[in-house]
Amino acid sequence: MGSHLLGLRDCSREEIESILDRASYFDGYRNQKLTSLKGLSIAALFFEPSTRTRFSFEVATRWLSGEFYNFSTESSSVVKGESLLDSVNTLKSMGINAMIVRHRASGILQWLSTKISGISLINAGDGSHEHPTQALLDLYTIKKYHSSLEGLKVLMIGDIKHSRVVRSSVTGLKAMGARVTLAGPPTLLPKEFAREGVEISWDIHPYMNDADVVYMLRLQKERQKKGLIPSLKEYTRLYGLNEERLKYLKPGALVMHPGPMNIGVEITAEALKQLEDHNDIRLGINEQVESGVVVRAAVLDYLMGEKPR
Amino acid sequence: MSKTLLFKNAVVLDPRQSLKAKRDILVEGGKIKKLGSHLQDGGYDEVIDLEGRFIVPGFVDMHVHLREPGEENKETIFSGSRAAVAGGITSLCCMPNTQPPIDNPQTVKYVQERADKANMARIYPLGTITLQRGGDELTSYGTLLEEGVKAFSDDGKMVASSSVMYHAMSYIRKFDALIISHCEEETLSRDGEAHEGYWSSILGLQGLPPVAEELAVARDILLARDTGARLHLAHVSLARSVEWIKWAKEQGIKVTAETTPHHLLLDHSWLEGFNPQAKMRPPLRTEADRRALLQGLKSGVIDAVATDHAPHREEDKSGDFTSAAFGITGLETAVPLLLTELVKPGVISLEHLVSCYSCRPAEILGIDGGTIKEGSPADLVVLDLEAPGRVESRNFYSRGKNTPFEGWKTAGKPVMTVVEGQIKMKEGDLLEG
Ligand SMILES: [Zn+2]
Repeated sequence: MGSHLLGLRDCSREEIESILDRASYFDGYRNQKLTSLKGLSIAALFFEPSTRTRFSFEVATRWLSGEFYNFSTESSSVVKGESLLDSVNTLKSMGINAMIVRHRASGILQWLSTKISGISLINAGDGSHEHPTQALLDLYTIKKYHSSLEGLKVLMIGDIKHSRVVRSSVTGLKAMGARVTLAGPPTLLPKEFAREGVEISWDIHPYMNDADVVYMLRLQKERQKKGLIPSLKEYTRLYGLNEERLKYLKPGALVMHPGPMNIGVEITAEALKQLEDHNDIRLGINEQVESGVVVRAAVLDYLMGEKPR
Repeated sequence: MSKTLLFKNAVVLDPRQSLKAKRDILVEGGKIKKLGSHLQDGGYDEVIDLEGRFIVPGFVDMHVHLREPGEENKETIFSGSRAAVAGGITSLCCMPNTQPPIDNPQTVKYVQERADKANMARIYPLGTITLQRGGDELTSYGTLLEEGVKAFSDDGKMVASSSVMYHAMSYIRKFDALIISHCEEETLSRDGEAHEGYWSSILGLQGLPPVAEELAVARDILLARDTGARLHLAHVSLARSVEWIKWAKEQGIKVTAETTPHHLLLDHSWLEGFNPQAKMRPPLRTEADRRALLQGLKSGVIDAVATDHAPHREEDKSGDFTSAAFGITGLETAVPLLLTELVKPGVISLEHLVSCYSCRPAEILGIDGGTIKEGSPADLVVLDLEAPGRVESRNFYSRGKNTPFEGWKTAGKPVMTVVEGQIKMKEGDLLEG
């Protein structure tokens, strides 16, 4: 993976493990300011709205004593690769050491990485392609809860087709030895994923009672307007987590969501309420947010921190 | 007044006459005066000894975007026609999706004048099917045919309305003229970037569902059946399209088809790493499709090879995948690549290549060329089947340097191009005037 984190496809199991180990090391120093990014400047360049991911990177950077600058834009106009490259070069000459980028074009960071040097690139989501830090923090959360990923059964439900989280997670989960099933409506579930060594299903029921992890993906409401699903109501009926379905889950299962959740779509309000004080089944979203900071700190440290430690 | 030339000792190959033998060719007044053995070599302006080389009818490319008028920063008629003769192409059709589009006599004349001035390959402007390629009103086919237009196409997009296409095909029967269809059902392909399949799924690219092409192929075949119009399907890229064309031909429907060198040589795995040079419409398909196209070409279901030469500015193609323009250049790479990748390993014979990249296109278009008969125009190409080469876009005469074949080693290439009895290219150098 070199000095960039473009996607988990470029990462070996050893690299993933090394980042996760580093995250768990940092986990022990949560209330302490660390210094491994001292003197380093990190910029966020987000061309799609996001507060969580950007915030998480900001907190992680400051925690490790790095300087964080935000150059994100909320404007909806499309920024082409060439002007992105201009911005990156400008920031580089201003002394920025790493750039965290989110952009709507799949593959734009791969391209950018061939045009620049002397700066680290971190993918915070490119189109429908990858979102590696989300996948890493999910791996970390699962590992922390289930203690190992080897042989775990992970069921991911929802809009597989447009999800960058899925593309990173499938790679990461497979690398770590988990068994993955992807489920969703036929219009949102490309059959080609079967070639990646995962099961695919239009029906969630056969997999619910056996899953160690149930991962609900966020459904963009515009999928309904584009005619990919008939209604959000029907989506919830077929693929949402409701009270009835909670009963199928096996004790010890972990329910996850990358956030922000559409309550009433991916999960019903009643199911959410039940989950919050469920004895046997755990809702992992708060842990995911917490893991986000330590894992992103680990990624920054892995790519840029003082070596040897 | 053009010169008299004698080409000696070449193997003359003309599939139309089933000819493959050592012959001398005497060229006079831009035409083939005589074809025979051991012609006297006195009294000519030039005698060219081609010992060991092949001489074939000049290649005819039915599908070229010359971009002029309107996008001269991508290509001009001058640069494009130079690229053509450099690549062994003596005749080409330029697609009418220019700005303004070729849908009126003035624009036709403009292109013809520019082509005369360039004085390289023969250039046949095509007309649009609908005015402004708007998909609504029919172009004046009769008027444009009188100006020398050989076929009509809204290439770049499909005529979306079946009713408009039905009427276009009905009306054009009066002239028995050719409709060339760009097959992509628009509502399915609008936002697409790459073949919908494994690679688009893995890379998270917007898919172009293959059925978008198949729907259009099927629709236009059925419209051709019911109207009786002559239909040519541009850049066919799918196994299932080949099946439809085969069926149509068996039914006696007047349909012909072309495919491109890149669809014959590459598949969608070239997308790996978000390669913008692998971005084109129709997109690169699966390996199974590629093999079916080769099979279709071999069996004659697919009649022709055409490049869909689509030059772009450096900056249109050098950015990220999503911003990159669709299409690649082809005029200077087609013949060397097809010789190297298909003829040399014996996938198709040299006769077959000449047939589908010269004879058949000339027949389909109803133009001169595509044969070496006495009395026919002296449009000739000399091929050296051993000559080593390498695809190097910086050496292209075309303004478009966009090619996925950069660095490919080739063995075999055109070493001389003759248009109307004038040597336009010799050993890679262009001869002006
Ligand atoms: Zn086209």
